[in-house]
Amino acid sequence: MLLAAGIWGNHLWHIVPLVASISLVYGATRHELMGPILINAGRMAKWLLSFMVVVFVILATFSWFVI
Amino acid sequence: MSETARTADPDHVIEIDLRSPGIAALWAWLWPGAGHIYQRRYGKGALFMICILATFFFGLILGGGHVVYASWTKADRRWQYICQVGAGVPAMPALVQSYRVFSRKTDPIKVFGVEGFMAPPTPQPVRPEDGSDKLAKWHKDYHFYFELGTLYTMVAGLLNILAIYDAYAGPVVATPEETDKPPPDSDDPDAESDS
Repeated sequence: MLLAAGIWGNHLWHIVPLVASISLVYGATRHELMGPILINAGRMAKWLLSFMVVVFVILATFSWFVI
Repeated sequence: MSETARTADPDHVIEIDLRSPGIAALWAWLWPGAGHIYQRRYGKGALFMICILATFFFGLILGGGHVVYASWTKADRRWQYICQVGAGVPAMPALVQSYRVFSRKTDPIKVFGVEGFMAPPTPQPVRPEDGSDKLAKWHKDYHFYFELGTLYTMVAGLLNILAIYDAYAGPVVATPEETDKPPPDSDDPDAESDS
């Protein structure tokens, strides 16, 4: 809940439509039917968000040590 | 001349009629999703159109209609437009505005009530001290939304490049690792007899 509030307050929510759009278009370039496209898009969105969370945690850790 | 493509999944082989791939690619560039609709691939056409155009226009709105502009002067080389023009016609008004401003030395057209919609920041060269630096003013007015809008519109243009390729050649062939299925065992005697 706190994370969601933080994301909303920090304008990080702007990443959500971008990730959704990128995932759907990328999935659509690899499959023809809507079912596999959505499955691929879901997997891709999960991967992208996980990657960004990892980068976020690394940067937050560094900043915690610096400040 | 009509051409066909096949999907890579061996369990669900689909023949896709690409019609004229070159024309489809041109349509796909001009208007995201139009190439697929031309090929009668309506579902994917709608998906590309909604995703790419929504991303493009959302970015454009975030930046107040100023994030897409064409300028290649010494003071302002707008390399981002190279990515944005991938979205096709939706990014074209920037070329018209650029032509009016730089070549005809006239005022840009007012579109949707927005002064300088998709027009390059003028006058050149810039003079920040007397407030004539429009680009700096846009950054000040829109804060980080200007960069965010630029990012959205650039991503939309680049995504349409993928859509153009899909219209031209069909879905990209997935590598074995991506299919989530083990590769066929070459030592399997049944597989040998099938072939």
